[in-house]
Amino acid sequence: MTKDHAVQMQGVVKRFSDTLALDGVDLAVPAGAVYGLLGPNGAGKTTSVKVLTTLIRPDAGTATIDGIDVVKNPDDVRRRIGLTGQYAAVDERLTARENLVYIGRLFRLGTAEARLRAGELLDRFDLADSADRVVKGFSGGMRRRLDIAMSLIANPSVLFLDEPTTGLDPRSRLGMWDVIEDLAADGTTVLLTTQYLEEADRLAEQIVVIDQGRVIAEGTPDELKSRTGGALLQVSIARAENRELAMSVLTPLCTGRVEVRDDRTFEAPITAGDRVVPSVIRALDDAGVDVLDVVVRRPSLDDVFLALTGHIASAEEATS
Amino acid sequence: MNRLEATLHDSFVEAERHLRVIPRNIELLIFATIQPIMFLALFAYVFGGSISIPGFDNYDQFLMPGIFSQSLVFGSAFTSIGLAEDLSKGLVDRLRSLPMSRSAVIIGRTVSDLVRNLLTFGVMLVAAFLLGFRFGGSVTDAVLATGLLVLFSYALSWVQALIGLAVSSVEAANSAGFIWMFPLTFVSSAFVDPSTMPGWLEAVANANPFTVVTNAARSLYNGLPVGNDAWLSLAWSVGLIVVFSMIATRKFSRSTSS
Repeated sequence: MTKDHAVQMQGVVKRFSDTLALDGVDLAVPAGAVYGLLGPNGAGKTTSVKVLTTLIRPDAGTATIDGIDVVKNPDDVRRRIGLTGQYAAVDERLTARENLVYIGRLFRLGTAEARLRAGELLDRFDLADSADRVVKGFSGGMRRRLDIAMSLIANPSVLFLDEPTTGLDPRSRLGMWDVIEDLAADGTTVLLTTQYLEEADRLAEQIVVIDQGRVIAEGTPDELKSRTGGALLQVSIARAENRELAMSVLTPLCTGRVEVRDDRTFEAPITAGDRVVPSVIRALDDAGVDVLDVVVRRPSLDDVFLALTGHIASAEEATS
Repeated sequence: MNRLEATLHDSFVEAERHLRVIPRNIELLIFATIQPIMFLALFAYVFGGSISIPGFDNYDQFLMPGIFSQSLVFGSAFTSIGLAEDLSKGLVDRLRSLPMSRSAVIIGRTVSDLVRNLLTFGVMLVAAFLLGFRFGGSVTDAVLATGLLVLFSYALSWVQALIGLAVSSVEAANSAGFIWMFPLTFVSSAFVDPSTMPGWLEAVANANPFTVVTNAARSLYNGLPVGNDAWLSLAWSVGLIVVFSMIATRKFSRSTSS
């Protein structure tokens, strides 16, 4: 067990009555890093966070924060972590400031210190104008910002963000991304879970893909994207009757099967940066195929997820 | 901070969270106060003329301690609703991830509910006096009677805490917290003499701890000999607190939002 890792899970298993929520999860997050735990609903993201934040006990395996075992020394772990769960866990009868001071006092900061920290965090999270309003009237985005501020009141060394933007409108989501990027810039270790591939791509330096309680891939967003074989070439031709001809011209130039998207559009994997595009255009031209458009698309994490799991991790599917 | 200091500190912070918001919800306070006054007036005027209890010249003197007792017991249902709310909103997850005392969340909740119940009780006592209720014994007896009622209500708050943590939603807590209060308070000596009930029901009513507590308080308020009822009701309350504080704290330590 290395001290270098702020967060570590080794062979963690958790079974709920009839389902195996975690089936031997391994995870290691170095101090100061932002890791994204990516997967569809029910993949085991929240269960992993709950094990790491001492909310549930694993059936097997070990989990540590800064080298401290979450089962053996839960209170030492709790002093080092901040948790922002799936729901904005605020007391909506209190004002924003009261919520912060309340949590600060439970961290035994002392009232004066808690007030000071509350004031700083309200400024930092752009809540100063609403600081003394009751939270009940807050928007979803404001609640989430307050929620994160509450998690930071005792300067945790590791922050857990469980689906920090689920349920937010697009504008609030962008605001939340800025907040998380600022945290990362400050050197806080962050483990965030998300079902939004775009979100993991934007925020996390390292992504751990989890499905059915197992880690199925890990890497930087770019590494994961290159797993699908580099880039995707998309070619549109003018006339549908040239389809067969165009496919036979394209096949030797690509690294995999040419897929037909519609009558006049094909998609095929190519090696990125290999100057395939000029050859494709030249070859099609020589064969007398009238080319309308050629586009090279870097694969999205959706493509990666599909390639890894054989099914799509769409947010629609997951939230329904 | 040692363990005890930590528990006291955290319980105080938790209780303050709930007490701070009482004046912010005036509606709740008004309705929580109107209900017992309404019960007092309804029972006194509707049943007052037709019910006579041996040993009491005046039904009000018999009835009102029963209504005090029932109202305080009903007040304990706030505990299950409040904890279910904290649980469903993810606040219990947050609190369990903090280095704080496990029992403090429930102690703070039950203590603040107790304070709120006392406020309601104070208003009800004034109303009872206006309706003609009088202490038959000393003020000390009346204070002891109130103490026994309040302690029993506090004990039931711990039962309610367990219910609030065990059910899956606030709505369920609302029903589950109230439903058993009706048989508990009606199959008892609160409103009638149990000897008028069918034999089997009379046996249940007499064994009901609510009867024991109500009898003890009623005797003390009226300056009548209290016998063993005071000690018995104290034993019931302390016993319930000991048992249910252990079970509820254990349950809390494992509760998490689903």
